[in-house]
Amino acid sequence: MPVAYIPRTRDLYSDFTPYRWVENDSAPFTPLTKPVAECRIALLSSGGIMHRDQPRFHREDASYRRIPIDARPDELSVWHFGYPTRDAERDVNCVFPLARMRELAATGVIGALVDPAFSFMGGIYSARKVRDELAPQIVDELKRAHADAFFLVPA
Amino acid sequence: MTSAIDITQSVKPPRAVFVNFPLGHQTGPPDQPELQRRIVSDAMRAFDAITAPGTIVELPYVWDANDRSWEDVDYTKGWMPARPSRDVADQLEAERQAKFRRG
Repeated sequence: MPVAYIPRTRDLYSDFTPYRWVENDSAPFTPLTKPVAECRIALLSSGGIMHRDQPRFHREDASYRRIPIDARPDELSVWHFGYPTRDAERDVNCVFPLARMRELAATGVIGALVDPAFSFMGGIYSARKVRDELAPQIVDELKRAHADAFFLVPA
Repeated sequence: MTSAIDITQSVKPPRAVFVNFPLGHQTGPPDQPELQRRIVSDAMRAFDAITAPGTIVELPYVWDANDRSWEDVDYTKGWMPARPSRDVADQLEAERQAKFRRG
């Protein structure tokens, strides 16, 4: 049975005002105009991934990091307060499947992997900050990179 | 990608792929590249398969066929390991940055 995380969040943070999850009435949708094997796909993770000496994330941080797609595992690190990061620190592909996406580009499952990949720290209380500040910057990046679609991996 | 189907049903992204794994493992367990590749590959194929807005594709993978107790404790009180104090965290961060300045 899938875990019901909305009530669990309420219980876990019972000392605080109940979090108001985003509730949308419908899903926005842009059909792809070509098969994924011909698409440029961007990787985006909210798991709090940083490359080399990029600044560490902190609470209420709505910034993002640009991660070169040829980054080695030992050049990546993880900071997030909202999930146990131990496994992601051991193998970042748990929440930021960079190596897997490179393989899928090499074997033609996707057309290409957009360089760079992106990460932010998804434990941001303000949905408004994400919608009005963080998301538009990433959308601009994806448009500049001619991405056809992006793959968002939360954590 | 999602492991929290109730949140995804509330937010309604254009397309989603669900795997019933504990948080922090949405594209698979550590050091299991074959399973990670299947999950990510399934997610990529969903770009071709999904034609209706808001569709959530459920993947068949099971975290541990013999033990489903993680479902009872994930994201509950006491489940999150204690974080290092600010002093220790700052020290770890200084060491992390120094490593790359040297490199």
